[in-house]
Amino acid sequence: MTGTGLAVPGRPPIRAGGFSGVWRPRLVTVTLVGVGLLVLVAAVNIGRGEFPISVGDVLGALVGGGDRAQRFIVLQLRLPRTLTGLLVGAALGMAGAITQAITRNPLASPDLLGVTGAAGTAAVAVIAFGGGSGVVVGALAQVGLPIAALLGGLLAAVLVYGLAYRRGVVSDRLVLVGVGVNAVAVAITSWLLVVANINQATQATVWLTGSLDGRDWAHVVPVAVALALLVPTGLRLSFGLGALALGDDTASALGVRVNRYRVALGLVALTLAAVATASAGPIGFVALVVPQICQRLVGASTPPLVTSAVYGALLTVSADLIARTALPAELPVGIVTAVLGAPYLLYLLGRRNRGVRL
Amino acid sequence: MTTAITGSGRPARRPGRTDIGAQRSRRIGFLAVLLLLLVLVGLASIAVGARPIPLGAVWDALWSPVGGENDIVVRTLRLPRTALGIEVGIALGVAGALMQGHTRNPLAEPGLLGVSFGAGFFVVLGIFTFGVTSLLGYVWFAFAGAFVASVVVFLLGSLGRGGPTPVTLALAGVAVSYLLRALTSAIVLADQATLDAYRFWDVGSLAGRDASIAAQITPFLLAGLVLAAVNAPGLNLLALGEDMARGLGQHVLLTRCTGLAAVTLLTGAAVAACGPIAFVGLVVAHLARFITGPDYRWLLPTAGLAGAVLLLAADVIGRVVARPGELQVGIVLALVGAPFFVFLVRRRRMIRL
Repeated sequence: MTGTGLAVPGRPPIRAGGFSGVWRPRLVTVTLVGVGLLVLVAAVNIGRGEFPISVGDVLGALVGGGDRAQRFIVLQLRLPRTLTGLLVGAALGMAGAITQAITRNPLASPDLLGVTGAAGTAAVAVIAFGGGSGVVVGALAQVGLPIAALLGGLLAAVLVYGLAYRRGVVSDRLVLVGVGVNAVAVAITSWLLVVANINQATQATVWLTGSLDGRDWAHVVPVAVALALLVPTGLRLSFGLGALALGDDTASALGVRVNRYRVALGLVALTLAAVATASAGPIGFVALVVPQICQRLVGASTPPLVTSAVYGALLTVSADLIARTALPAELPVGIVTAVLGAPYLLYLLGRRNRGVRL
Repeated sequence: MTTAITGSGRPARRPGRTDIGAQRSRRIGFLAVLLLLLVLVGLASIAVGARPIPLGAVWDALWSPVGGENDIVVRTLRLPRTALGIEVGIALGVAGALMQGHTRNPLAEPGLLGVSFGAGFFVVLGIFTFGVTSLLGYVWFAFAGAFVASVVVFLLGSLGRGGPTPVTLALAGVAVSYLLRALTSAIVLADQATLDAYRFWDVGSLAGRDASIAAQITPFLLAGLVLAAVNAPGLNLLALGEDMARGLGQHVLLTRCTGLAAVTLLTGAAVAACGPIAFVGLVVAHLARFITGPDYRWLLPTAGLAGAVLLLAADVIGRVVARPGELQVGIVLALVGAPFFVFLVRRRRMIRL
């Protein structure tokens, strides 16, 4: 941690091995506050249920204290649900931050670009054609659903990027092509819902709204593994985002291989979004809203990746808490994020209209 | 203005008397061609299906029915379905052209901007909470929903200087649709019977509709078309910009309200009858502008007729490609319309209205 002559006043540089950056107290504070809130909300969410457990007892059970019953309820029954929500939210938040940073468009996010829509279509296809015909096929469908969702999302991403490519990609065109691809995905999904029998249609509709209901450790592991691989990759690649924010030409002049770099980071973001969609269904608007809010909280020029991941997790777990407590009947979490997120998108659009560039 | 649609092929000429005459006969010619196409597609729609009926038998069934099997199929199933298709096609085509005119946005369309989903959400709400079952009961919910969603779209369309960019409006549509879809699923998930009815309606289809529905939506449709016709001259002035229109003596608010009412009636009636069918208004409005030019007095009728042709053609195609079942018209139109949308977006210069 030594300063050099090129240091920005008030921003002491930090260097450790291959890592280098500047000390931003606001970024660190905001992120730590987010982590604290996340732990609190997660504990409240775990404590709620048929057998209420206080926040203190939940936290105690998590670190190994509490009695056996409490430990069993917390660790075996309730933690997987909250943990899935937390991981999925983190993946979505980071995916959104990367997408918005590499397209330099505050409106670009996996859900608007048709990625989650297509992942949903693929998953509904598996539910409609895979389930219900024997144990073996049913088990195959359970394994196949996340992979199908992943492939569907990747296919949509390739399609959107390819169709929007015309001597380079203009980010507004990217978003609009995404809207078109999304419309096709939605149409095919509703056709699949008609073709399926009513029980499969119900199952698919629950899945399509994004639900954390009935998640166990088997759901946590894949998304945890994916995050463990993808988050470091994304962070390692994120060094050039600052240069990219200055525009493609400047970034190339600064030595960033713009196209290769964008494709690599885009792939990370997409896989994060598709993995999240595969494990909890398409939870809307988290990837869109969180990076923008974090950028404002932190006061940065591009959406901060780690902070977005923390607040994505916070938003998803809070939405789950609201979904479980707001109404007598339990709602899928995706409905809550849609109700919170859609007005925010409209507000963003209204602001953008008045000539305020985000 | 709207001349960009024809590209730079035609040099700007000062129209003389003969030009106007030639243009008028050209426009009437196109309308006649569309009418002829509509008759042809209508006959195909009556003849084609799970049980193909030869054209001669169709003719007999229409004019001199004797109560045979063909006659019953034609008069109770195919004819109402065709009539419904024509009505909904006209409604969606005119609504699309009106929305493009009012928002001055090339991507405006009831399906893409969430107006259809607004109507749909309110219909589901009406069915679920108030137990409304008849079309005449829930068509009012459809109007309410279409109205609310149109107001949101029009408000966004009038925000700020120069109006919204196509991106803004398209994304606003995505946001509104997404929200309404989520709320609708919250309702239908609570009750499997509602979900079972909803999924067949949500896909957008002319099949399995009661024979009387076409007759029931006719009055609303006619009212909407009259309002649209009244609105056309005002739209021509609004195309010059609000300030210019006001300077030329146009009551801008009144024009906007008339347009809003027309879009509400047309979309609400269409959605109540057939479910949210997207892309008809988008494709047809561009086609009509390409044929007739920017004059809304000609553009609206052309868009209406072309909408009917497109919807019926899509319905017939859907019946042919997936025999013995059928592909719903909403799916066919999405598969045809989305590439058209991408094509519009990919043009080097976005079409400006």
